[in-house]
Amino acid sequence: METEKSTWRTKVGLAEMLRGGVIMDVTNPEQALIAAEAGAVAVMALERVPADIRAQGGVARMTDPKIIRGIIATLREQNYEIPVMAKARIGHFVEAQILEALGVDFIDESEVLTPADEEFHINKHMFRAPFVCGCRNLGEALRRVGEGAAMIRTKGEAGTGNVVEAVRHMRSVQGGIRRLASLREEELMTEAKNLQAPFELVCEVARTGKLPVPNFSAGGCATPADAALMMQLGAEAVFVGSGIFKAAANVADADERRAITLRRAKAIVDATTFYDDPHKLAEVSTDLGEPMSGLDVRSMDPKDLLATRGW
Amino acid sequence: MSQLNIGVLGLQGDVAEHLASLSRCGVAGCRVRRAGELAEVDGLIIPGGESSTIGMLLDRFGLMVPLRKRIRGGMPVYGTCAGLILLATEIEGSRQTRIGCMDVAVLRNAYGRQVDSFEAPLQFRDEDQPPMRGIFIRAPRITRLLDPKVQVLMEAHGDPVLVRQGTMLAGSFHPELTDDARVHRYFVEMVRHG
Repeated sequence: METEKSTWRTKVGLAEMLRGGVIMDVTNPEQALIAAEAGAVAVMALERVPADIRAQGGVARMTDPKIIRGIIATLREQNYEIPVMAKARIGHFVEAQILEALGVDFIDESEVLTPADEEFHINKHMFRAPFVCGCRNLGEALRRVGEGAAMIRTKGEAGTGNVVEAVRHMRSVQGGIRRLASLREEELMTEAKNLQAPFELVCEVARTGKLPVPNFSAGGCATPADAALMMQLGAEAVFVGSGIFKAAANVADADERRAITLRRAKAIVDATTFYDDPHKLAEVSTDLGEPMSGLDVRSMDPKDLLATRGW
Repeated sequence: MSQLNIGVLGLQGDVAEHLASLSRCGVAGCRVRRAGELAEVDGLIIPGGESSTIGMLLDRFGLMVPLRKRIRGGMPVYGTCAGLILLATEIEGSRQTRIGCMDVAVLRNAYGRQVDSFEAPLQFRDEDQPPMRGIFIRAPRITRLLDPKVQVLMEAHGDPVLVRQGTMLAGSFHPELTDDARVHRYFVEMVRHG
């Protein structure tokens, strides 16, 4: 038994350490410090938050290394040692190689960016850095775990400020797990075929009643109540993207904007810790100002949906 | 023998894994998020997670002062990774909020970033038992022992990785991520014998 680096258990283990916490999208060092001060367990370093990617259109790619390095350096200077994550395009294994070289702690192979490959995802087992991937249902989750994802997040619909798709995907994954646990052993192969998921992982979920890796929620959380809803539905932690920094984006005064943003970020952290305590949730939800305005997913053109990316 | 009541600080982190390890020792643990819950437990585990976040939340939810008081009053406590950092009196190069009861100095993320996280075999010092698998994730290093009463129970690569000072136990690795409950059993015995 010798020393081994970057094992499967150290990858999944980092995901376990983030449980019960909030991972916040940030686009610059100033936002990263607000996230850290609010109590985020990690930050996702981005060039644009999903709401802006959606509004501006065009091809969305990996963030400029300068931004990622700046965020890593600023957090360290201010004594915060929280992990820094960053996104690579689906199938773009070279972006992932670059992120690993930058020392990113978790790589998100993300549908929020424009896919680089419409057939194949990254072979995540080949990397030393752990990966998180999105899913809409159990089959998709298990395909990603089969490719080496050490954390799963339900996709939701990023950049909408609307939690409805996050709820749909979380219920779908949890329902799929409950169904597997109720099946007889001889029924599992056909179920694996129907789910289009690896048979061994289907058997594991049937036996343990849970995913082999932590399952977090993403895509559409804008309020403390949204975060608590996802936790009560079975999420083990919450990603918040546009919901925090978009809420006060139109406030002209920089100090006031910072204060409003920090208050909302803290409230979402507190709500994730006390997700099952309605009195605490009432307290932290009070007087936060307007959340981001949000989009009705039903009125969106299907080609604008991000969640359908990934195979 | 009365039933032991051991809590796991449940603000954030790998709380469920510690509860599972306790249950392997025959102890039904409970999650502690409020001062009232803290007052009820005979011993407390501070889990792995993000030390700056957990420290901040201890302050925000009014747990820091009662927790420090209980630890100083002799309540057994076991910190893993972030828990070790929070227990240490000295965190090198950092002013972050801490419990600060245990006379050790630690350096956060001392082995590198996540890609340098590792597993290594560990031996309980005075036990003739098979080695256990130590899982180190963005682990802190115990750089100095600041009081002669701090005992080193386990080492890896020449560094202390599990230390004890009176009723306080702390380690830089994660036995709760394995099926091996020997460290938890040791802590349960500390709680049982006060």
